[in-house]
Amino acid sequence: MKLELQGITKVFGSLVANDHIDLVVEPGEIHALLGENGAGKSTLMNVLYGLYDPDDGQILVDGRPVRFKGPGDAVAAGIGMVHQHFMLVPVFTVAESVALGYEPAGPGGVLRLDEARRRVREISDRFGFQVDPDAVVEDLPVGVQQRVEIIKALSRDAHVLILDEPTAVLTPQETDELIRIMGELKDAGTSIVFITHKLREVRAVADRITVIRRGKVVGEASPTSTETELASLMVGRAVSLTVDKDPADPGEAAFQVKDLSVVADNGTVLVDDISFDVRAGEILCIAGVQGNGQTELAEVILGLEEADAGTMTLDGEDLLGRSVKKRLRAGVGFVPEDRSTDGVVSSFSIAENLVLDLYDTAPFARGLSMSPAKVAANAEQRTEEFDVRHTSVQDPISTLSGGNAQKVVLAREMSRPLRLLVASQPTRGLDVGSIEFVHKRMVAERDRGTPVIIVSTELDEVMALADRIAVMYRGRIVGVLDAVDEDGHPVNRDVLGLMMAGVPLDEAQRQASEHMSALAMADLDGDGIPDALQQGGEEQE
Amino acid sequence: MSTATESQQPATPSDQVDDVTRTRPRVSVKTAVVYALAALVTIVAWVLNTPADVRTNFQFGSGTDLFRIPNAPVPSLVTLVVLVLVMVAGLVLAVLRYRQRRPVPGWVHVVVGVAFVLAFLTYVGAGKSTVIPMVSLLAGALALSVPLVFGAMSGVICERSGIINIAIEGQLLFGAFAAAVVASAAGSGYVGLLAAPVAGAMVGAALAWFSVSFRVNQIIVGVVLNTLIIGLTGFLFATLLSDNKALWNTRMPLPRLPIPGLSQIPVIGPVLFNQTILIYLMYVIVVLLQFMLFRSRWGLRTRAVGEHPRAADTVGIKVNPRRVWNTILGGAVAGLGGAFFTVGSGLAFGREMSAGQGYIALAAMILGKWNPKGAVAAALLFGFSKNLGNVLSTIGSGVPSEILLMLPYVITIFAVAGFVGRVRPPAAEGTPYTKS
Repeated sequence: MKLELQGITKVFGSLVANDHIDLVVEPGEIHALLGENGAGKSTLMNVLYGLYDPDDGQILVDGRPVRFKGPGDAVAAGIGMVHQHFMLVPVFTVAESVALGYEPAGPGGVLRLDEARRRVREISDRFGFQVDPDAVVEDLPVGVQQRVEIIKALSRDAHVLILDEPTAVLTPQETDELIRIMGELKDAGTSIVFITHKLREVRAVADRITVIRRGKVVGEASPTSTETELASLMVGRAVSLTVDKDPADPGEAAFQVKDLSVVADNGTVLVDDISFDVRAGEILCIAGVQGNGQTELAEVILGLEEADAGTMTLDGEDLLGRSVKKRLRAGVGFVPEDRSTDGVVSSFSIAENLVLDLYDTAPFARGLSMSPAKVAANAEQRTEEFDVRHTSVQDPISTLSGGNAQKVVLAREMSRPLRLLVASQPTRGLDVGSIEFVHKRMVAERDRGTPVIIVSTELDEVMALADRIAVMYRGRIVGVLDAVDEDGHPVNRDVLGLMMAGVPLDEAQRQASEHMSALAMADLDGDGIPDALQQGGEEQE
Repeated sequence: MSTATESQQPATPSDQVDDVTRTRPRVSVKTAVVYALAALVTIVAWVLNTPADVRTNFQFGSGTDLFRIPNAPVPSLVTLVVLVLVMVAGLVLAVLRYRQRRPVPGWVHVVVGVAFVLAFLTYVGAGKSTVIPMVSLLAGALALSVPLVFGAMSGVICERSGIINIAIEGQLLFGAFAAAVVASAAGSGYVGLLAAPVAGAMVGAALAWFSVSFRVNQIIVGVVLNTLIIGLTGFLFATLLSDNKALWNTRMPLPRLPIPGLSQIPVIGPVLFNQTILIYLMYVIVVLLQFMLFRSRWGLRTRAVGEHPRAADTVGIKVNPRRVWNTILGGAVAGLGGAFFTVGSGLAFGREMSAGQGYIALAAMILGKWNPKGAVAAALLFGFSKNLGNVLSTIGSGVPSEILLMLPYVITIFAVAGFVGRVRPPAAEGTPYTKS
């Protein structure tokens, strides 16, 4: 099936999310749609899937114009979508989830679940998915849930499959498996639209690449382009994919965690008996796939989560058992994972958000009253220093873009004298410019001699920032390794990837040396030299 | 997968690569504790206070039985000891299960519960000349459960599709009102029975309209609707119904329809199968709802809309229309249940005669974990403990009946606080759905 988008335009208020976008997806090709967060990729796909009505332009299927009033029409036309946030009912079984909306049923609407199971098994066997139709969705690992989503689309005879940021939640090994599946689907004649902002993946799987920036198609690229070329096309200017930093000059172990455990109310062990330390003036990255206890680890450091066992000391002082306020006063800086719910109070002004931690101390408070002038003056200074683009510091923070809101969080947390900085997913959902800024600030804090802990699920970010890397899997630290070994070689991505799936360090090293992942293979394309080594000398002119 | 025995990293490397999510299951010890308490109370309060030579007189018969079970006075102390042994057996099983980290099966709760209640009755009736009327105790319990069952079914239908139905109270009351007035005017209880679900559906429609179209907080709309219905029916009762009582508010009882054969089974027959059509409808609705919710297309889609409306939307299920229709359906079911207060019990309409039963129905639904059969069990429990209070106050027991009347509410609070295990409402309950 050939799919064409012609002049698609979608406007939300004053924001033009899609501006006359043209896109052609040929039968049986993997077409990557590359763009930054907020570039309009998802809007375009929601238009294509019938969730949004375009303001202008048309969609053609095999040359015939079609109009989708809802997802049902798109599905009927042979378009299937795997959403970034899975559209699966957690308490349903796999068979029920796949059947939903298209249930095989007998008289009186009585479900024929055996028929639904048979369909799941058939597709699962055909592509080697290994999905049990009677498993309950919420019990499955995310990688398997994603396969359920793909089965769902295929069971409705999708000829074009849209994958929206499909690798965001996967381990590198699961990503490898997904790439294999995409290849098989393509061989079976299914076209795939692959939406992503990850350059390596695009190069590994795409037949064609369309780059979107600020709602417009800015060009096509071939999969043989280098990552630097793709990045500059995506961002619109030359970008450095590496973070400029000097080797760390670590001091004493300043922050020490010993035998720490966190158990949830329902008995799930979230953090399982972990020990590590962070030295002054180094960045320790906690790597791992989302949901392996990193969030809880970060929260227990600040005191948002209670530890069930273990000790935690900062410069020799015990932190556990102290209130959050006392820990803040002790010099802990905390950048939470979810900026909009935990990082800022969205209805408060920028100025107020900048003193959430110090509102009750001088100079912002005198006795029972606050001093608005001091708060405003502080805000002017901080927004200047952290390059927060805003109109007035009295505006609600919800008027800021994600990147600028995150800068406000950083400005607040880094304006206290810090003895430890903990940042959880500090660049999630940000544009490249903001990411660069955040990274620079983190490195600057390190260079000032502060121990820094960064929790990140993005391997690229981990490799760019870390001095040491601790990999977490199911609440445990699988291993801690130096980001750069004695010979000056950066750590092997495949090793980290295997460790993120729970394989211990030396076993991971053995496996990685025997078998190279599809992504690592793509890095070698053309010249046989890994890109990571090329980028330094290959800045765009 | 690697066994990774050679790793030196964490302490126990062998279970790093396992595929089962590692949890330390916290199987509750509460069940065993509750059983132990039940046995202890029985021994201390009742066994030790019962003389050896007295008897308790249980009455199991009624007039229409196929064969009569004679009133059998049982030796009180022996009976109590046997019942204690039953509870202890349950306790032993619960402790064994706890040590194996497995939950106690549901039927054990029922057995221990029944033993506890029987022990209580044995103690109360010990040495008294009055009989313990088992048939009327159970029949009365069923009668008091009827509005609760209908209300809870209404709640299940609405909440499974994502709308919190606090307006059950108003639906019951309006159903009772409509049934009484229409039956009285038409001169037939059956016609009243047709009007009741229409009235309930109207309240359901109002709830759906405000909560779906205007996305008003569903709990607030529900409470407001309840107040509105109390005011409206109260006003009409004081004016229209009082002005011409003969025309608008004459008692029109539904006739009892004993089912031939079944109704003559001792104990069960008179309790379950010598009832009005409304009770038979209740049986049908419960069984049908249990089946449809988990085995039909309607049920699958309804649950999807209540759990993850956006997922339902992406497969072409129209979320809001489905919520509206289900809320109207739920209203109709509660309205039908309301008819039990008037034509179902052979009474005329009285001001605020639903008396908060709608809220108890919601509690029954929660205690039943949003499942029809669980909700029915909870409703029967509430009905039974209420009727036990009534019966005991006539027999005369040492326990104040107010304490017994409190029991269902105490149970509810513990249940809602999560004491009966994991209670998880539909995920999207109470959240309005908007497209983008």
